[in-house]
Parts: sequence; structure tokens; C-alpha cells
Amino acid sequence: MTHRGSRVLHVGSLSRVEGEGALHLSVSGTAVTSARLQIYEPPRFFEAFLRGRAHTEPPDITARVCGICPVAYQLSACAAIEDACDVEVPDPIRELRRLLYCGEWIESQTLHIYLLHAPDFLGRDGAIDLARTHRADVERGLRLKQAGNAILELLGGRAIHPVNVRVGGFHRAPTRAELQPLAEQLRRAMDDALATVHWAAGFEFPDAHCPYDLLALSEPGRYAIDTGTPTVLTEQSDAVRQFALTDFTDEVVEEQVPHSTALHATLRGRRHLTGSLARFAINRRSLSPIALQAATEAGLSGECRNPFRSILVRAVEVVYAVDEALRVIAAYEPPARPFVEVPPRAGVGHGATEAPRGLLYHRYALAADGTVTDARLVPPTAQNQGAIEEDLRRIAETALAGRATAGVGGAADTGTVDDAALTLLCERAIRNHDPCISCSTHFLDLTVDRAPLP
Amino acid sequence: MDRTERRDHAERAAPTLAVFKLASCDGCQLTLLDCEDELLALTGTVRVAHFLEASSAVRPGPYDLALVEGSITTPADAERIRAIRASARHLVTIGACATAGGIQALRDFADVDEFRRTVYARPDYIETLATSTPVSAHVDVDFELRGCPIDRRQLLEVLTAFLAGRKPDVPNHSVCFACKRRGTVCVTVARGTPCLGPVTHAGCGAICPAYGRGCYGCFGPAGTVNLSALIPVLHRDGLDDRDTERLLRTFNAAAFAPYDKEVRP
Repeated sequence: MTHRGSRVLHVGSLSRVEGEGALHLSVSGTAVTSARLQIYEPPRFFEAFLRGRAHTEPPDITARVCGICPVAYQLSACAAIEDACDVEVPDPIRELRRLLYCGEWIESQTLHIYLLHAPDFLGRDGAIDLARTHRADVERGLRLKQAGNAILELLGGRAIHPVNVRVGGFHRAPTRAELQPLAEQLRRAMDDALATVHWAAGFEFPDAHCPYDLLALSEPGRYAIDTGTPTVLTEQSDAVRQFALTDFTDEVVEEQVPHSTALHATLRGRRHLTGSLARFAINRRSLSPIALQAATEAGLSGECRNPFRSILVRAVEVVYAVDEALRVIAAYEPPARPFVEVPPRAGVGHGATEAPRGLLYHRYALAADGTVTDARLVPPTAQNQGAIEEDLRRIAETALAGRATAGVGGAADTGTVDDAALTLLCERAIRNHDPCISCSTHFLDLTVDRAPLP
Repeated sequence: MDRTERRDHAERAAPTLAVFKLASCDGCQLTLLDCEDELLALTGTVRVAHFLEASSAVRPGPYDLALVEGSITTPADAERIRAIRASARHLVTIGACATAGGIQALRDFADVDEFRRTVYARPDYIETLATSTPVSAHVDVDFELRGCPIDRRQLLEVLTAFLAGRKPDVPNHSVCFACKRRGTVCVTVARGTPCLGPVTHAGCGAICPAYGRGCYGCFGPAGTVNLSALIPVLHRDGLDDRDTERLLRTFNAAAFAPYDKEVRP
């Protein structure tokens, strides 16, 4: 038990997350009266300035929402606009898109694993610091990340804000010969990806459980990345339901909550989580054999609801993405044309893909000449924010009550938890979910309550 | 000195690097982490003293070199950039947001209150400036590195140059020069594709024409911009006035605007 009464913990600038956020925790005895993940990323108004642009422009423009997952934005935008214009993209182009997306998964998930998340388990400030004691591990991570970037650079032109994606497909499709060096690099990357799962499986994981509904896309026969139907696995894990993408904003409701000025999305009032844990719980049977075997060897036999273990699930997803990229390259036949024409028409289109951090939904309304008249973007972090806050509350209360188990560090193991240890634990709880705060398409600017520390 | 002492001593003597972020997508600071082959060598040369995306260890200034990503869009950030400037011996801005206001500078041409109402249910909660301005509009800047996003090779050149105390070798010529050097056939001449290459700052490696599309100006204006010569070519190749305006007003809207005004008063 803590010896102190009411107090307020405030971390002004979260580190090792993407974008800018702060954490605010109010504690009374062993109870957490308020847990707030505050996003103070300035609003950038994407939904507003997309209005009036041509229907060909959202892929390049929305890429700028996030430098960490631009492909997710590009491909959700393409899917929504092609839906509005009633155009189906042929399989060879869909496969190339999947290959590009695998590149982003490998790069972005590896960035999270090695540079943002692993240092927490090894008591280090970051990967640069980690390299002093675990140089070979950090080098392996950088090599693996580089393999993901190599896909993005070849297929997209560059790793951040690729230039080769367009509505209807690509500006230019690669030749078979151009993809061969990539296949060689990816075969080496598979060794690094498997080693990553093995490495992370050796970490010490605090006990935690997230009792939320899980939301991910799913499709028959393969792990959903670039397409699929929204699928919900309820908290009890015994019921799966799906809904049509056209109903997305009826099912995933964004609203303001009294204690926070950031928008929270819920599944019609039920707290939900999207991202690696949700995808794995819903789609793990569709993993390729090598990824499934890696998961089993890492102790992930069923669904995983411990957010601290998300690093393992991400590592398994990297194995899958490397394997899937190799499959696409092996089967690749260049399309007759790199894109199909997408003639504009008046209509509304919906698109969703699985960004590394979770389901990313776009909706556009187009005028007859293709001018965008309305745009709606629902990023994963807006959806996960409620679950992250609930995690913070539960994990902090567990630590305050002295029930924290091994691995949380600080004084928590001895039954008392000081502010520094509690802060560290809460930061870890946030980094478990890799909140990509840059996707501030409609996060509100915040007034930070700077209650003095007692 | 034993090995640890020697290392500690070397670290104290190493120049300090800080990375800060304002309104932006994180992509330009990610470029530093995307230097996979050079990252560990670089961090053996400089001491990373403040880089929230990469490390929880935050050391106070003064810093020898501060990289700043993002534009000024809130009153708080306008204050913050002064503090950053005061803490930095050299301040380098990285990316289109920090050097030209970025894509969020589209608000400069619109009614920001309308933007607020479009995006937010409670627009009164939003504290934002009516403009998105580059860092140089607020404080002195030692060097501006262009691009949306910046180029990894140029970033390494800038870092190396500042560490060596010399001027960065980042040429001011247009994308057309880079296309010629790359051996890319001109998309405008060969296929009539509208392209901003003649007026756009080089640095990306002329990627778009190499992938069969026209340059869309993500590195902002080149040293010499002759829009009055280019606009008739864009019209010839099928863009109307509205298309041309949108092409110029995207990732470096505020930087191209003065030139566009010369052509269309």
C-alpha cells in the first residue's frame, strides 16, 4: 500500500512514442480517480483541406498524416476512392499493393519492437543506449527494418511518403528482375525476423489482461492487411460478429468525453482495441505455417490479451510479412498496365486497411467531376485511446495495491510504489500499444491540467 | 583511465544533438532512424541529448546542434521555438513543415474557423493560429533542409557538415538537373506529363519522373523559379487554372505562393 493520500502524476512529454502526448494520472490512496492520455499534437485539419481536392489527390495528401505509416493512409484512401467510383482493381495490382504494405509492416513493426519497445524490457533509455550492451541485437533490428524499407524504396520510390502509389494502382510496376535482389534480402531478413521472435520471447512480461472488444479486418484464407471485413471479437471471446464497411461510422462512434478533450471512438459505447493483439486474436489461424510455428514456439498458442506481450505478437507479424512478401515476389507477373483508370463519378466510398497500429478507415464523398466534398479519417490511435487509458488505470491500480508481479521494476515488487516507478510503468503501458499520436487528424488541442505534485 | 572512464570522457566531449518536433507527421525525424547503416556510427560521434522519439533520456541544453521538425501552428509552439533557439548553438530546420509551413499551411489560404468547424464537434476547444509558419518566421535559423520528407543522404551531409564546422553541400538547383544526372527521359517533353521539376528544389533524387509521373513539388521552390514560363506549359499539358493552383498549393503551399502571385496578381 502506498503511504500517501491523493496525488497527481504528470508526465509532460512522453518519449519513444510517435508524435506528442502527455499522461495525467490522478491517484487517491490505491484508487486511480482519473487516467488520461493527453494528445497535445497540434491539429492539422486534413479532413478540412481535403475538401475541394481532386479524387486523385488523397493518396499523396493523406500520406502526410503520418510519416511512420504513410502506405496505410495511401491504400485506405485508394480503397475508398475506388469504392466511390465503383472500380475493381485486378489481382496483380492488389498483390503489388500487398507487397508494398508488407514493407511498411516490416519497417514499422520493427521500429516499434527495437527502437521504442524493447528498451523497456531491458532497462534502457532507447535503442542507442541499448546498443552499448546489446549491439548485435540492435544491429539485427536495424537490418530487419532496412529490409522493410528496401521494399518501400523499390516499389514506392522512397520509404517515407512513397510517390508511386496512385488511385487505380501504381504509376510504374516493377519487372520480375528488379524484385529478385529484394527476394535475396528478404530471405536473410527471415532469419532476423525469427531471431526477433526468439529474442522477445525471452523477456520478462508483467501480468496484465485487457478486457476489451477487439476489432480487426478479416478475410478468408489469409491474414488481413490491405483489405477485409471489419470483425469484432467480444470481450468474452466467444462471439465474433462482422459489419459492413459502409456501416463503419455507425458502429465505431467517435465522441467527446467529459474528462478529456480528445475524441474517443467506441464500438457503440463499448471500449475496443485495434492493432496487433486484435488482429492476432481474430486472424491467427490464417497465418502462414512459418509464422504460426514461430507464434507457438514463443508461447502464443491462443489469443493474447496481455498488452505487454504485444511485442511478441508484432514480432510474429513481422515473420508473416516477410514470408508474405516472399510469396508475392515468387508469384509475381507484371500487370499488363500498372493501373486501371478510375473515372470520377458522384458517390460515397469507404476504405479500410490494417495499419501496423490497427484498423484505419477512410470515407470520401465525391462530386460528379471527382471533387472531394467531404472526407472522414478514423485513425487507430483514436480508437485505441480509450483502451489505453483503461489499461493505465488498471495497471496503476494493480501496482498501487502492491499486486504487481515481477518485471515492472521499481519498488512495485516490494508492495510500495513510488511516483517514479509508477510513472515508468504507465509509460510502458502506453508504449505497449504504440500509439501513433501524429495521426492527429482530429485530435483536439488540450489544456494540460498542471496540478502541482504534492 | 580505464575503458569505461575513457568512454564517459569521450561522451562528455562529443557534440550534443537534440531533435525537436512541432506540427508535423514525424517523417523527417524518422529519416534519422532510417539511416540504418549509419545510425550507430553517428551516435558514436555525437551525444544524443534530446530526441523523444528515440530515447527516454533527456538532458538539458545547451545543445551544439538542434534539428527542428514541424511548423508553428499554436501560440504555445511560438513560445517553445524561442526556448529551443536559446538552447541551441546551431539550429537546423528539417522538412517542408519547418522550412515552409508544410501542408498545414493550406489554412493560410482559407478560413481557419471554417476548418475548425469542419473537423471538430467543439471548435471552441481548439486553440490554433490562423497560419502555419516556418521556424524562420520566428527565430534565426542556421540552415534549412527542404523536403516532404527530407532526403536521408542530404540529412547525413548536413549532420556531417555541422560536425566538421563547414557549410553543407546541398545544391540549390532544380529537379530537372537531377533528372538529367539520373538519365531519366523528360516526362514533359516525351509524354506531355505536367511536371513541377523545373521550379522545384532538387534533393529527392528526382524520384517521381523515374517512376513515370510528374514532380509534385515536395521539396519546394528551387533557387530560380520562373513560374510565368512554366504555367503555359502546364496548361498546354492539360491542367486548367484550378488544377495548376492545387498542384502548387500542396506540401509547400506557402513557399510557392509568392511566385504564383507574381504570375497571377
